[in-house]
Amino acid sequence: MRLIRIGDWLVILLALVVVGLLFAETGHAGRAQKVLIRKGGEIFTEVSLFKDRKVEVPGPLGVSLVVISGGVARVAKDPGPRQYCVRQGWLRNAGDAAICLPNQVSVELMGGNKRYDSLNY
Amino acid sequence: MIRSTIEIPATREDHHVSRMAALAIGLSFVDAAIPLPVPGVKPGFANIVVLIVLARYGLRTAIWVSLLRVLAGSLLFGSFLSPGFFLGLCGAICSLAALFLASALPEKFFGAVSRSVIAAFAHISGQLMLAYFWLIPHVGLFSLAPFFAAAALLFGTVNGLVAAHFLECEKVEAVPQVPIQ
Repeated sequence: MRLIRIGDWLVILLALVVVGLLFAETGHAGRAQKVLIRKGGEIFTEVSLFKDRKVEVPGPLGVSLVVISGGVARVAKDPGPRQYCVRQGWLRNAGDAAICLPNQVSVELMGGNKRYDSLNY
Repeated sequence: MIRSTIEIPATREDHHVSRMAALAIGLSFVDAAIPLPVPGVKPGFANIVVLIVLARYGLRTAIWVSLLRVLAGSLLFGSFLSPGFFLGLCGAICSLAALFLASALPEKFFGAVSRSVIAAFAHISGQLMLAYFWLIPHVGLFSLAPFFAAAALLFGTVNGLVAAHFLECEKVEAVPQVPIQ
C-alpha cells in the first residue's frame, strides 16, 4: 500500500478547492457598499459606491473633491496644507477612511456588516 | 518510603495511552519552538502521534491521547485555562469529531493523509468559530481563514504523510510490540 491513496488525492484536491474559494471569498467579504462623507463631524452625505460620481464638499478652507469610481473612492482634491487624505489614495475596503483634518472633511467606506472597529470594540 | 494507600491499577492500555501522550507532548514542544510568520499557525506535529494511535488502537485511544496532550501540554506550557488552551481544546475536539466521521471512509482508498487533512480543517474551523463567538466578534477575523486553511492543507498533508510512512514501516518490518514494564 502506497503512502498516498486515491482517496487521499481526492481529499487534497477538495481541500485545495476550499482554500481557493476562501481566498476568493475573503477578497469579497470586506467589500464596501457605501461612502460616508462627513463635514465638521456631521454627516454630509452617504452615497453608493457603485455609482461613479464626484462630490464637492465645502469646508472652512475651501472645497474638497471626493471621487467615486468603479467601487473605490478617494479624495482627489483638498485645500489642506499637507494633503494627507489625498495621498492616501483609493479607499477599497469597508472601514477604510481618509481624513482631511484642516478642512474638516472625512471619507469613510461602509461595508454591509461592519460592527466594530479596534477603537470602539 | 510509605506506600500509597490508594492503588490505581494501570492497565496495558493506560500505559499505551500515557506513553503516546508523552510523545505527543514532546512534539508540541517542537511545534512551539518553530517560529512561523502568521500568529496562530502551527504545524501540529503532535497530531502525527494521534493519527498513528488512531490507526493502531482505534478512536477511543486516540481521543485519550489527544485530550491528554492538550491538558498536560497546557500545564507544561503554563497556558492551562487561558484562551489559547480553550482554542486548542476546541480544535482537538472538532478534529476528533471529524476523525470519527472520517472513519466511515473506506480504508482501501483513504489513508492517513485523508484523515490528517480532514482533521486539520476541522481543527481550524472549530478554532475560528470559538474565536469568533467568544473572543473577537469581528468579521475581519475571517479574513484570516484562507491563510489558516492553506496552512491546514500544507501541514495536514505533511503530518499525514509522516504518519502514513510510520504505519507503512510498521507493516513491512512487523515490529514486535515492546514489552511493557
